[in-house]
Amino acid sequence: MNRLITPRMLRSALPALSFTFLLAAIFYIQPRAMSYFGLNLMLNLGVPIALATLAQMMVITVNDLDLGIGAFVGVVACIGVTWLKETPLLGVAALLGCIAIYAALGALIHLRNLPSIVVTLGMSFVWLGFAVLILPTPGGSVPDWLRAFMTLKTPYLPFAVILSILIALLVHWGLMRTAYGTIARGAGGNPRSMEQAGWSGLRIKMTMYAMAGFFGVLAGLALIGLTTSADANIALRYTLLSIAGVILGGGEFVGGRISPIGAVIGALTLTLAGSFLTFLRISPDWQIGAQGAILILVLALRALINQAERKK
Amino acid sequence: MSTFLVKLREQPWLWAFVGTIAMWLATSLVTGAQGSGQVLSAAFSFATFFVIVAIGQMFVITLGPGNVDLSIPACMTLAGTVAMKLMAGSDGMILVGLLAAIGCGFAVGIFNFALIRLLSIPPIIATLSASFLIQSSAIAYNRGLRVKPPAALAEFTTTRIGGIPVLAIAVMLLAIVMHIVLTRTVYGRSVLAIGQNSKAAFLAGIRVERIRFATYVLSAVFAATCGYFLAGFSGGAALNMGEEYLLASIAVVVIGGSSVAGGYSNVPGLWGAALFLFLMVTMLNTFGASAGLRLIMTGLIIIVVITLAGGRKR
Repeated sequence: MNRLITPRMLRSALPALSFTFLLAAIFYIQPRAMSYFGLNLMLNLGVPIALATLAQMMVITVNDLDLGIGAFVGVVACIGVTWLKETPLLGVAALLGCIAIYAALGALIHLRNLPSIVVTLGMSFVWLGFAVLILPTPGGSVPDWLRAFMTLKTPYLPFAVILSILIALLVHWGLMRTAYGTIARGAGGNPRSMEQAGWSGLRIKMTMYAMAGFFGVLAGLALIGLTTSADANIALRYTLLSIAGVILGGGEFVGGRISPIGAVIGALTLTLAGSFLTFLRISPDWQIGAQGAILILVLALRALINQAERKK
Repeated sequence: MSTFLVKLREQPWLWAFVGTIAMWLATSLVTGAQGSGQVLSAAFSFATFFVIVAIGQMFVITLGPGNVDLSIPACMTLAGTVAMKLMAGSDGMILVGLLAAIGCGFAVGIFNFALIRLLSIPPIIATLSASFLIQSSAIAYNRGLRVKPPAALAEFTTTRIGGIPVLAIAVMLLAIVMHIVLTRTVYGRSVLAIGQNSKAAFLAGIRVERIRFATYVLSAVFAATCGYFLAGFSGGAALNMGEEYLLASIAVVVIGGSSVAGGYSNVPGLWGAALFLFLMVTMLNTFGASAGLRLIMTGLIIIVVITLAGGRKR
């Protein structure tokens, strides 16, 4: 076997390969999509999904799962189109408060050793409740600076693409290249030995949850920058999409094995799935089905690679 | 008597029922004696559907960490739509519809487990990816049409005997059967053993994968059955009919006193928790709380319950 193509390398290239494959298929069916405008249209809504996926990844890094991130992005969106527009100071304070609540959740989960699934599940009700209280009927309006930022016209490459690359590189640096990122991933790998080594498990969990809250806030703001209005249910499907994105990007459920660049690519792949169907003239009824099929396909490929690895 | 009380206090499902009674009494303060009977009757009709899916979810969760069935809502929707469309409102087809729904459940359960085994991925991911496909199939099959259920089925799901819905009585019997299955049969004991220590269970000669397979199929079949009756109860299958059941099924299992980490479960708590959740929403309603406040309270109570229960056994 060629020594250059190792199973390990194949596995880490899988997210990029599947994304490229899907994009190539779209370009083949509809060459006109291969343009600045086409790319922007297809990947625009991928930015908030990518941010939500990164938020989910922060929680998955420390072996937890966030079932409330979709509702959380929704409440951020609702704050964004109401308070942030009318009374910016209150809006910013509320968003900071949201991040603080996330950090507190991390503390609660760590101190009481609670299952994150249930706590974040409960929080999803709480977030949705707040969203309904803040914005009872769909609507609101977006702060102008946010709208202007998200619809920025950049030369050569659409802003959505540049933004995705920047975010991916930044998080990659933070989690994979810095000392604290390594510690956080180590806490996912073996929390007990990290504590033995003198790191505070509480602090790590709070930090990662706060990061999840931070990226959740960014996701909500990016979303309303594109949609210009919000409603309480706007991002509920992000919960499942974000988990799918992390897994698609090569992240694993336990052991702190994650890949920030992969997660962003995974989120964009899921976003492309919708466009792909449109170009194939398949009814949008199958959009979530296609996302599920891509997920299963990529997981199947990964299982094959793992099997090849074991045989060697 | 005192030993009875001591024993009662040790039951994990006790608090769900205590909460239920407290909520009911609080509601009765506002509604009066006449109203409180109606509230209880309504609670039984809605709790029934929660209990059906929660039984399946509980067996899956009992299998141990990482075992959760996220495909329950999609499975309910698919079974409901397939059955409703097949019956097309005709009373003669009721049994055929039920069989079709159960067939959907079997298919979903087998598909779920095939993904878990063939791709060797965590069940959460497997059932999540499966749910995308299943939900899509339901959408494509149904095309947003709402087919009315057969009149006899609609009547059956809403009939009451002495204020208690017939369906609730049936599900209570089902709960008793499943309680015996969990605590007295080889299958149920195997599920508990796997949840407590799957390696030890394997070494003790339990066929772990076979039991897991049966459990995922069981969960899907229960979800499908619930979808069938819920569609009959609510005047047809809707594409979002399963939506709230994902969170509710997990919440009911947890509030009912089963361990989320698996290995320790009980069926009576499911009824207590399902009634509790419904009565809590009703109480907040009668006190005039808005929809937002009701959601916040529901979430906070789930968190408080798990925080209190989490400290009990580790």
